Amino acid sequence: MDALASLHKVCGEEHVRPGAAADAVDGVVPAYVAAPASTDEIRELVLVARDAGLRVGVRGASSKLGWGMPPAGLDLLLELSRQDRVLEHAAGDLVVRVEPGVRLVALREQLAPARQQLALDPPEPGATVGGVIGANASGPSRLLYGTARDLLIGITVVLADGTVARAGGKVVKNVAGYDIGKLYIGAVGTLGLVTEAIFRLHPVPAARRVVTVEVATAADAGRLTQLVTDSQLVPTALELDWPDPAGPGRLTVVVEGIEPGATAQAESAAGLLGGGAEITDTVPAGWGQRPYGGETGPAIGLKVSAEPAALRPVLDALWRVADLHHLATAVRSSAGSGVSYVGLGAAADAGRAGGPAVEIAATVIELRAAVAPYDGSVVVLQAPPEVKRLVDVWGPVPAVELMRRIKDRFDPEHRMSPGRFVGGI
Amino acid sequence: MDRDATILDVMTLPVLAARLRAALPARAVLTDHAQCRTYECDGLAHFTVTPAIVVLVETPEQVQTTVRLCAQSGVPFVARGSGTGLSGGALPVADGVLIVTSRMNSILEVDIPNHRAVVEPGVINLWVTREVAPQGYYFAPDPSSQLVCSIGGNVAENSGGAHCLKYGFTTNHVTGAKVVLPDGELVTLGGKATDHPGYDVLGAFVGSEGTLGIATEVTVRLMRRPEAVQTLLAGFAGTDEAGAAVSEIIAAGIVPAAVEMMDALAIEAAEAAVHCGYPAGAGAVLIVELDGPAAEVAHSFADVERMCSANGAFEIRIAADEDERTLFWKGRKSAFAAVGRISPDYLVQDGVIPRTALSEVLSRIAALSGETGVRVANVFHAGDGNLHPLVLFDGSVPDQDVRAEAVAGAILDICIEYGGSITGEHGVGHEKRKFMGRMYAEPDLDTMQLLRCAFDPDGRCNPGKVFPTPRLCGELPARRKGVHPWQEAGLAEVF
Ligand SMILES: Cc1cc2nc3c(=O)[nH]c(=O)nc-3n(C[C@H](O)[C@H](O)[C@H](O)COP(=O)(O)OP(=O)(O)OC[C@H]3O[C@@H](n4cnc5c(N)ncnc54)[C@H](O)[C@@H]3O)c2cc1C
Repeated sequence: MDALASLHKVCGEEHVRPGAAADAVDGVVPAYVAAPASTDEIRELVLVARDAGLRVGVRGASSKLGWGMPPAGLDLLLELSRQDRVLEHAAGDLVVRVEPGVRLVALREQLAPARQQLALDPPEPGATVGGVIGANASGPSRLLYGTARDLLIGITVVLADGTVARAGGKVVKNVAGYDIGKLYIGAVGTLGLVTEAIFRLHPVPAARRVVTVEVATAADAGRLTQLVTDSQLVPTALELDWPDPAGPGRLTVVVEGIEPGATAQAESAAGLLGGGAEITDTVPAGWGQRPYGGETGPAIGLKVSAEPAALRPVLDALWRVADLHHLATAVRSSAGSGVSYVGLGAAADAGRAGGPAVEIAATVIELRAAVAPYDGSVVVLQAPPEVKRLVDVWGPVPAVELMRRIKDRFDPEHRMSPGRFVGGI
Repeated sequence: MDRDATILDVMTLPVLAARLRAALPARAVLTDHAQCRTYECDGLAHFTVTPAIVVLVETPEQVQTTVRLCAQSGVPFVARGSGTGLSGGALPVADGVLIVTSRMNSILEVDIPNHRAVVEPGVINLWVTREVAPQGYYFAPDPSSQLVCSIGGNVAENSGGAHCLKYGFTTNHVTGAKVVLPDGELVTLGGKATDHPGYDVLGAFVGSEGTLGIATEVTVRLMRRPEAVQTLLAGFAGTDEAGAAVSEIIAAGIVPAAVEMMDALAIEAAEAAVHCGYPAGAGAVLIVELDGPAAEVAHSFADVERMCSANGAFEIRIAADEDERTLFWKGRKSAFAAVGRISPDYLVQDGVIPRTALSEVLSRIAALSGETGVRVANVFHAGDGNLHPLVLFDGSVPDQDVRAEAVAGAILDICIEYGGSITGEHGVGHEKRKFMGRMYAEPDLDTMQLLRCAFDPDGRCNPGKVFPTPRLCGELPARRKGVHPWQEAGLAEVF
């Protein structure tokens, strides 16, 4: 029996097909695309792949498929959109168990009647639970609630050899055995497939206030950010939007809670931010969106992480380096958390084309050096292949040899999303 | 312990001791049996093993040297912080080296703008908060042992505390670590920033109970002191009523900083030990603490008070100041030791259940106690379902210890049955290895073992802990056909 026939046997002919150009992952077209409906089917597909030596990739809503390096090879692409069930919502325990293809938007709607939320708000349209785990995607509310690593409490995975393993469970407090789930967060599928996830939930606050202020310089942005984070306010988010260094930036603080609590916090926040601060009930347009991609945004997207107090030097370095290479920048920072997203485009034309690959690669490399003193890292989230050929999208990683040893144990034949991760993993 | 003649011959340990003495300051290496015996156990004192060699390390380089020399001679080693662990995690190996970090006790850096502190592993938990309190900050994980336990131990156990309901555990408050791997290599994991590219190895290291290497430096997150803290203590007729109050508080969307409960027997013990003056005749006492922005706390606190009354609280006290608050907590924080007043011996159990199963599980424990005649006092983190049943016995009466252990074990089986965990904060260590196979299926344990083998292929780093049966890293787990055993047993649906 050939591989295609075996795949058909697992999940039915209608859910397996040869790959087409539209299925390409970063330019690599898979031989087959299969859409399994359960952990069991995934396991069976992985066993077929094992026996036939197929290299396996995975996609949720494709919102972050361009992340990482192009796969070194891709024979079987698993599409998890059929695995979109919320399996259990234990409202009294503030826990939800879901399949990886569940979209965050759908989950939000489903939890809303219980006034609960999974406090993850990455902006990528259609983002799925599996994609968010694989890419460690986060949004503005990470300031208060943390990221996937703070919310994921249990996981089911299928390893390259077909082993189905669980770790953690459905209680928040649990230290039995290794926290295997952490390894799968941000691993872009290189350790196997996540087929079920259990998250802790948070109550949806009754009221929200949004405080915004214009900032003229990176120094102001840094100073005000520090004022807020050093205060006794408990903001849900603290975001900086700076579409063009020639103009001003805008700092937005979101506070939530019961009605009088949110009001009081908003007033204190406005007091801290000084003259010009405005209080409203709604977040500004384009809230939390990435400053790249889409129809009109720049084609190159970076994520810069650094010490939270280094906002000013990070912005200064970015603008200086980009200017040197004639590139325009658009920045959105989760300023309170030290994480900034950057769109890079050609200076003369901020349109889709992006600058010449060499200039972009040089910018990334120089920016890495400039933010290194602040424990900084620069990851290229989105870029055309010609840029990825010039620069390692992940950059240097200190414990990469240890990471390779982990990969070798979990996937000794290197068949799970090979080549996409740090150090060629 | 059996000595494996093919690995260690009689000269191995004396030669290793000589090498260690040559490489380290003389005061750092102990081989005298009486001296080494000081370290024979941790907080779980009924398991004892005297290590062959104890090394009192003072620097990261000394840790590295010691671990390298152990690797060269094929000798196992165990890290130890303050030795307060309650699962035997720091239990030494007889033919091995115990590496004690308590002399590595400097706070290396306090970085207020970044809300971080960089500390050595032997630094005591509470020292961090003391150091940064004047600037208005604190280190959130607050195990009851915080006066004595070390940050290295906290990292290894992923320790929690009363306030982890709202603020999370050690894993949520550690952003970086330097770790000496079992082959002696020093790696840097994370740092002051977050979201470092690569696998979240730091996340997997935290809570690995000393089996993946030795942390020589830890970067922790500092939290800003909340603007307001309000604490109440409520007396109820029984745990059902108190539990119902907790359910209502959580359902209202309130996330208290802490919700702690004690039952009648635990109250009796605390009263005898520290005279905390809890409401007379209470069958259960609830401590609820809210913190955060003042306006938020004031409003929610009134709600909590109302919910306690509505669910039958016959007395509610509100802490007027820090002294009263300390008094409320005194009874709770001394509960483990206090039980010594009402029973010659006791076992501290640590299990977790979904919070909503609290009242069912407590009646199961009461029934178990009734059937066996073994008394159980209950103290727990009611907000997250982390139970600490204290199983009382008299070691001088033959067989009582065995029966107490059976009851403590049966309680864990109940936790597993309800989809919970065999440990919420004390770790698996030496004590609970045999329960791992009940909570997890073989493939789950095999997968954890893959991680272990990536770090420690020779199995020399804290061997014999966490996992029920030691496996060699060469053997690849057998390929399995068919469904996951949990599904086969119908358990997947329960989960
Ligand atoms: C009265 C009492 C109350 C307690 N209350 C709580 C509580 O509320 N919450 C809670 O979570 N725990 C509690 N504990 C348990 C214990 O205090 C914690 O587990 C603590 O974190 C252990 O720290 P330690 O320094 O004593 O570690 P040790 O007991 O010395 O070691 C614990 C484990 O950590 C490993 N280890 C130590 N240092 C390192 C290092 N540098 N690198 C790698 N591994 C290392 C050891 O090998 C061992 O496996 C309590 C204990 C007592 C006695």
